[in-house]
Amino acid sequence: MASLIARTPFEGLLPLSYGTVEATEVVLRSVTSVAPFSGQADAVSKALEKAVGCRLPPVGTFVEANRARVVWSGLDQWFVMSEDTVTIPGAALTDQGDAWAAVEIAGTDARDVLARLVPLDLRLSVFEVGHAARTMLAHMSCLLMRTAEDRYVALVFRSMAASAAHDIERAMRMVSARADL
Amino acid sequence: MQITCPLCGARDIREFSIKGHETYLHRPDPEAAPEEWNDYLHNRENPAGETRELWHHGSGCGAWLLVTRNTITHEVLGAQLAREARNAG
Repeated sequence: MASLIARTPFEGLLPLSYGTVEATEVVLRSVTSVAPFSGQADAVSKALEKAVGCRLPPVGTFVEANRARVVWSGLDQWFVMSEDTVTIPGAALTDQGDAWAAVEIAGTDARDVLARLVPLDLRLSVFEVGHAARTMLAHMSCLLMRTAEDRYVALVFRSMAASAAHDIERAMRMVSARADL
Repeated sequence: MQITCPLCGARDIREFSIKGHETYLHRPDPEAAPEEWNDYLHNRENPAGETRELWHHGSGCGAWLLVTRNTITHEVLGAQLAREARNAG
């Protein structure tokens, strides 16, 4: 079989660094969308715990286990990010590993950068560590997670990677320019 | 303007798109009279005041919502999942 060269979604676009903020690509292995069939959420949650070590988290949050991160990604839907695609009964599963581009935005002013891009209240008391939200990043649909006080991971559609990098860079440049005044 | 999504909380209007009056929740029987289908498809009130509409949280959780709002004051009075509103009758 031909040996193909895999390109990551943000290849040539990230990392970026301005002021105190850094934007770095998170290379996703497998992303499985898990949408439990009607009335099956509990059974799916238990099967998932057996498969990857954690259950389906509540709406608007994510959980991590040794082998996976499971994040709420919309109405009756979760994403399982793990090394391999998960296979569990009772849910509609789709492999979305090649569909998303993930970027970590981290640093003291990371919140100020995101405040220019995302229409959410990002104060720590409202959007807490461990929270996840489906929202917009600039004009793009995104899945945003807060992984630490000054650390976020955003997933955007892979086809939007260049636009996302452009908008994130612009916001980072503005925030760092203001900080330098 | 913000709509309080039952799943996501208060969110900016740009995350939502409107479908129209809640009439769309009450689709007539396929064999219903043409007049009934005509009403369903075309005839709408033009209320000054409270109205109930279907909105899609497309740039959010993807849920269809039944939103109660006031067309005079632009006040959003509440929102619930459309499927729950329909199942409740």
